Amino acid sequence: MEKRVTFSHKALPYLLVAPQLVITFVFFLWPASQAIWQSLFLPDPFGLSSEFVGLENFRFLFGDRYYLESFTTTAIFSLAVTALSMSSALLLAVMADRVIRGATAYKTLLIWPYAVAPAIAGVMWLFMFNPSIGLIAYYLKFLGYNWNHVLNGGEAMFLVVVAASWKQISYNFLFFLAGLQAIPKSLIEAAAIDGAGRTYRFWTIIFPLLSPTTFFLLVVNIVYAFFETFGIIHTVTAGGPERSTTILVYKIYADGFVGQDLGSSAAQSVILMVVVAILTVVQFRFIERRVHY
Amino acid sequence: MVEKRGIGFFLTHAVLILGIAVVGLPIYLTLVGSTVTQQDIIQPPLPLVPGPHLVKNYSDALFSGVNVPVMRMLANSMVMALGIAIGKIVISILSAYAIVYFRFPFRMFAFWTIFITLMLPVEVRIVPTFEVAADLGLLNSYAGLTLPLIASATATFLFRQFFLTVPDELVEAARIDGAGPVRFFKDILLPLSRTNIAALFVILFIFGWNQYLWPLLITTEPEMNTIVVGIKQMLPTADDWGNWPVTMATAMLAMIPPVFVVVVMQRLFVKGLIETEK
Amino acid sequence: MAEIKLSDLRKSYGRTEVLHGIDLEVADGEFIVIVGPSGCGKSTLLRMVAGLETVTAGSIEIAGRAVNDVEPKDRDIAMVFQTYALYPHMSVFGNMAYGLKIAGLSKSEIDERVQKAARMLELSELLERKPRQLSGGQRQRVAMGRAIVRDPSAFLFDEPLSNLDAKLRVQMRLEIKQLQRSLGTTSLYVTHDQVEAMTLADRLVVMNAGVAEQIDTPISVYEHPASTFVAGFIGSPAMNFLNATVGSNGASLDLTEGGSIALEAAELAKNGGRDVVAGIRPEHVETASSEKAQLTLHVTAVETLGADTLAHGGVNGPGTGFTVRLAGTAKVQEGDAVPLAIAPGALHLFERDSGRRIADV
Repeated sequence: MEKRVTFSHKALPYLLVAPQLVITFVFFLWPASQAIWQSLFLPDPFGLSSEFVGLENFRFLFGDRYYLESFTTTAIFSLAVTALSMSSALLLAVMADRVIRGATAYKTLLIWPYAVAPAIAGVMWLFMFNPSIGLIAYYLKFLGYNWNHVLNGGEAMFLVVVAASWKQISYNFLFFLAGLQAIPKSLIEAAAIDGAGRTYRFWTIIFPLLSPTTFFLLVVNIVYAFFETFGIIHTVTAGGPERSTTILVYKIYADGFVGQDLGSSAAQSVILMVVVAILTVVQFRFIERRVHY
Repeated sequence: MVEKRGIGFFLTHAVLILGIAVVGLPIYLTLVGSTVTQQDIIQPPLPLVPGPHLVKNYSDALFSGVNVPVMRMLANSMVMALGIAIGKIVISILSAYAIVYFRFPFRMFAFWTIFITLMLPVEVRIVPTFEVAADLGLLNSYAGLTLPLIASATATFLFRQFFLTVPDELVEAARIDGAGPVRFFKDILLPLSRTNIAALFVILFIFGWNQYLWPLLITTEPEMNTIVVGIKQMLPTADDWGNWPVTMATAMLAMIPPVFVVVVMQRLFVKGLIETEK
Repeated sequence: MAEIKLSDLRKSYGRTEVLHGIDLEVADGEFIVIVGPSGCGKSTLLRMVAGLETVTAGSIEIAGRAVNDVEPKDRDIAMVFQTYALYPHMSVFGNMAYGLKIAGLSKSEIDERVQKAARMLELSELLERKPRQLSGGQRQRVAMGRAIVRDPSAFLFDEPLSNLDAKLRVQMRLEIKQLQRSLGTTSLYVTHDQVEAMTLADRLVVMNAGVAEQIDTPISVYEHPASTFVAGFIGSPAMNFLNATVGSNGASLDLTEGGSIALEAAELAKNGGRDVVAGIRPEHVETASSEKAQLTLHVTAVETLGADTLAHGGVNGPGTGFTVRLAGTAKVQEGDAVPLAIAPGALHLFERDSGRRIADV
């Protein structure tokens, strides 16, 4: 889409785009190209010099058990977060859409976890599940289950999934609710008159009409789980125990900053850029289709 | 609407209330944790109702904290969140204006350069971005906390989208009235964008406030920590019980500004959220 | 107050020329209506005069000054847009005052001018309202007001009434006419509505496909259309056209469909044998006794409108779509063969190939 009417001015447009372009170059494009460059080098252990190794860093990564494990961990983590937060949000949205009185109050009470930082969400869930002082850990012990996510990888994964999903419910809820409210009420009324029961109506009319929103949220949630949950992982488990919650982003951080393995961290960055690029393209493709829906 | 009565009505509300309870539980327990003593916490179970130590815990947190007074970290967070929100809005609205209302060589180049930032979240370029910021002397500075995060394709696209819906006749009328590009922007486009700016501000303020990874890297001195990052340092470690009530008070303090913004400006928030994803 | 002069004005988008050389001289205070079907280039022409579109070739002069490369604001014109283009965030007062403010007028003078225009347009009570709080007609007036306050040398109207309902359109049409008369400001008015064109214009410019087919007073355009296009575009119901050949003695028209129309005298002697298109307006025929009849209408449908009656059918046999408008509730029925006479001077002959006018007989 383009404007038919424009202004003509020689210098002004450049002046207007300059701030954004300068920042984009300095903090986005330059570092990204640095990452690509560095991914081709192997620094010596003291960081004094580095040797050009071509694609060796990548070859090493794809042979590295820990890196491949991290891929699996990320996949499990993001699928679990997406499934848990989307299904609970959909349930709540469907219920809120049915409510006539008090709908706004429910909405207000459900949306604000969006405003909570992932790291803070992590701290709060940690407080509930802390093996020695957490209230829920305490009651689990009371019921005979010995909760200790500090030692048990499965429990650690469970905890970060729950914390990450908790925070994302608001977002999904809002979009599902907006999607539900956009479905013409006459359709639902027509189906009701046709004799379709409530559940049947949901699966045959509402859910299919909601599919654009669902697909959109699917992509958004995967992106969220990939990139925006660092704060949760860092505060709750720090990737542990035994790397059981080390998702890709956390590994880049750990290898680059904690492990000081710059070549490998850069190579991981490059791989992740490709992942983001693919997700972005999917998202845009999809949004184009959504417009025509 | 097909209204349901009786059992269905009851069930609907029951599910919603249960949902709110689950969503609210962590926050309620955090609140409880911030009003009791350390002793109450380290001898589980945690009491289920708030205790009497609210004022003491919060003032301890605000004025002394663990490493640094939380007041200081709150101020840092506020500077960062405002800096990011305002900075993003300013540079985005300017570049969107240039891209929509002018034809100039390299226009498409500028557009795609901005577009590509969508594919480069800070999480994937952690180390080199940190190096650039360090080389520029931005460590432990407000500029370092904000500048690298204020380029945003999303905000630029949002404004571009909005500008494209502004009727061409308005520009023409303004030109006949004698308004040049700067006047048109200031007198007409900017006032028309008010709601969009406000909605975007809400979203970006929360985005800025909740940043974690970048401030974690760029701030090495506790005095420059934001509250979201600082709280990690307050958590107990293997050989330390920490100070749970103060930490929980800090968690509450870290939530209050963004939650306040969302609840008070709910309509703008929802608008912003949905528009930025279009 | 000013004259406007367009000389061989041309406009191209890329390689496509959309205006093929328009010449027009508008006298001071004259009301010119540019009319034509959509896509004929009329709006482009107006926007070029406004300075919103660049001039590809030719020249525009306003008040004797060439303005081809002058910014819109320096052309001393005001424009009323089809969508009104009111600034939605400004009050009525703000909308009217904006141009004056930019021009650097003093506060008191701005106030005086806006108040005066508001009184003229009966907007005085509405000055604090925002455009969205106004009705369509009121918005239209504000758009007019914004033009008036600037006291320009020329008003440019771009289909200003097309967003109004039929009743308001008639009312605003009269108001615009009166306003223009009392202000005496040179005006260019673009429309696709021939009624607006006929009622408002001192002179009409009938445009088709980037060419000004005819520039003349409304009545001349109606009575002596310069081409089949103009003849068909102006007038409702539209003029009837019949392909014909002029008889060798010029005393008859031999219709291609069969039959012929007898002419009074040997008026077209010098055009004998020429292929023509004959145009007859529906309202320029009347029933006649069979000996005076020039053609016979075989009626296939009748529409009774009250004041008059429209009879549709074929001439000298069924087939050709021919419409006549008969006064009052004429007693015509489907299936009738009605003998008709053509009013003197109301038979328009156009050259078959070019569509240009040959004569009116």
